[in-house]
Amino acid sequence: MTSTAVSDPPDERVGPPRPLDRLVLRPEIGALLGALLVFAFFSVATERFLSTGGVATWLDDASTLGIMAVAVALLMIGGEFDLSAGVMTASTALVTAILATRLGWNVWLALLASLAFALAVGALNGWLVTRTGLPSFIVTLGTFLALQGLNLGITRLVTGTVQVSGMRSADGYSSAGFLFASTFTLGGTAFYVSILWWVLCTAVAAVVLLRTRFGNWIFAVGGSPLSSRAVGVPVTRTKVLLFMTTAGAAWLVGSINILRFTSVQANQGIGLEFQFIIAAVIGGCLLTGGFGSAVGAAIGALIFGMARQGIVYANWNSDWFQLFLGVMLLAAVLVNNALRRRAERVRR
Amino acid sequence: MNRPDGGRALLEVRGIGKTYGSVIALRDVTTAVHAGEVTCVLGDNGAGKSTLIKILAGVHRHDSGELLVDGSPVSFSSPREALDRGIATVYQDLAVVPLMSVWRNFFLGSEPTTRLGFLDRRRARDVTRTALAEMGIDLRDVEQPVGTLSGGERQCVAIARAVHFGARVLILDEPTAALGVKQAGVVLKHVARARDRGLGVVLITHNPHHAYPVGDRFLLLKRGRALGAHEKSEIGLEELTRQMAGGAELEALAHELRGVDR
Repeated sequence: MTSTAVSDPPDERVGPPRPLDRLVLRPEIGALLGALLVFAFFSVATERFLSTGGVATWLDDASTLGIMAVAVALLMIGGEFDLSAGVMTASTALVTAILATRLGWNVWLALLASLAFALAVGALNGWLVTRTGLPSFIVTLGTFLALQGLNLGITRLVTGTVQVSGMRSADGYSSAGFLFASTFTLGGTAFYVSILWWVLCTAVAAVVLLRTRFGNWIFAVGGSPLSSRAVGVPVTRTKVLLFMTTAGAAWLVGSINILRFTSVQANQGIGLEFQFIIAAVIGGCLLTGGFGSAVGAAIGALIFGMARQGIVYANWNSDWFQLFLGVMLLAAVLVNNALRRRAERVRR
Repeated sequence: MNRPDGGRALLEVRGIGKTYGSVIALRDVTTAVHAGEVTCVLGDNGAGKSTLIKILAGVHRHDSGELLVDGSPVSFSSPREALDRGIATVYQDLAVVPLMSVWRNFFLGSEPTTRLGFLDRRRARDVTRTALAEMGIDLRDVEQPVGTLSGGERQCVAIARAVHFGARVLILDEPTAALGVKQAGVVLKHVARARDRGLGVVLITHNPHHAYPVGDRFLLLKRGRALGAHEKSEIGLEELTRQMAGGAELEALAHELRGVDR
């Protein structure tokens, strides 16, 4: 066993840290390179990709995915998964729509009620996971299936069909729609306001993660929950709040969707949870927790949006998107793994 | 040795005991920790060392006997309560998060904030650097993940953290167990430095050679009972080693083996 001198004089066998080692501290680097590559490729390969209309389309595609990816990234850094996040975007939209269209509630009131519902489900997820110590993968798979059943069952009970529509005629639709689903014009092209929500969520998440005590705790509970508890970090509270954040983000996306499309299908959102996780992983999150980035997850969602729309603009069959996604995910996981080993490498 | 508190123990246990279900993990153990002194707890695996520190650290509650801090009886319900009374524990796994940087680990759970509520990163980095330097640890970069440090360096970061956050009693759980000879020496040097700064230290180990040079008082545990409690003046390294190794039992065993030979 080689031993390293611990104190003065400094060990002459250890060189100064290399610049490459510094980059390890930036988990979003890989995603950024990937995004530039995808951007450059489709800019050259297709004409519409760089037109303002094209940009507005792929930014919009990335925005709702991005809002969720950022929240899911925080949760993953905190060491947990939420498989109910995808179906939650539909559940919140359904609650809002049913309250507003069937019970005649004001849209704002309905939005508040569905937010409360979302936070309650998030808290339940968190409570179950922290209380039982079971893997969040299996607990949230349970809530995922339960919500899926509730979505279909209750929608069918209330409407007799599997969709709720007619939001446009509800009270307060125009003001709520302005906040969540309007467009703003930039350079003669209409951009959806969801893009601004995405940027806002990313900025808030990045600041919270890197510049606040709570952010420090997120890294800690994901990196080593036992150590965190031993130094006085409120592990349970941190994790429950993260689950509630994910549910809250799902409420935001659900609200954006219901107000934009004015109707919602009861089977919407299923399968999206994996897209959120994939975007977060492409953005540098470790599946094992304790490492990742909010900005990276947003970039991961951007790659998603650019590739999905770019393939359409290039007139390729959308089947190729899945291939692209698979390759991208594998590449990201390999890069992340190498980075983690570098960061965790133990010198003795 | 002059005691700033006039001889009253910082931390004291009297006839303390703990059972887990039908298993008696610890019974009737008595010892004290004074400022500027090192109390060593020695014992083989399963002797009750871990149970004793878990009680001192507030992880578990004791079932019998008394736990006294500054002379008044207490019963901790969480590690946080023990910490608030100035009792800090450095566990074997060090309670560090390998993927987080040195300064984030150093302040984990007690992060400094600016007036606006954000992390005061500049102060955290500076304080980490100086606190480590005061303990004689020269880290090139407090921004590097703790996982990239050597075992001894990590141990020292954990000790420096406990000292910095106003620990009056420092409990070290087998700090030298996984270390090489040289690194163990460095860690013991830091234990002595903490002692010289007026902290009461509880050093848990199963190595009398590590305990004897820094210890002032030795508590030997065996199968949950105190086998003996000695001041340094009362016992030599050889006797300590003999008792530690099972002493009389070993002699009996040797006798028995000789009997078989004949």
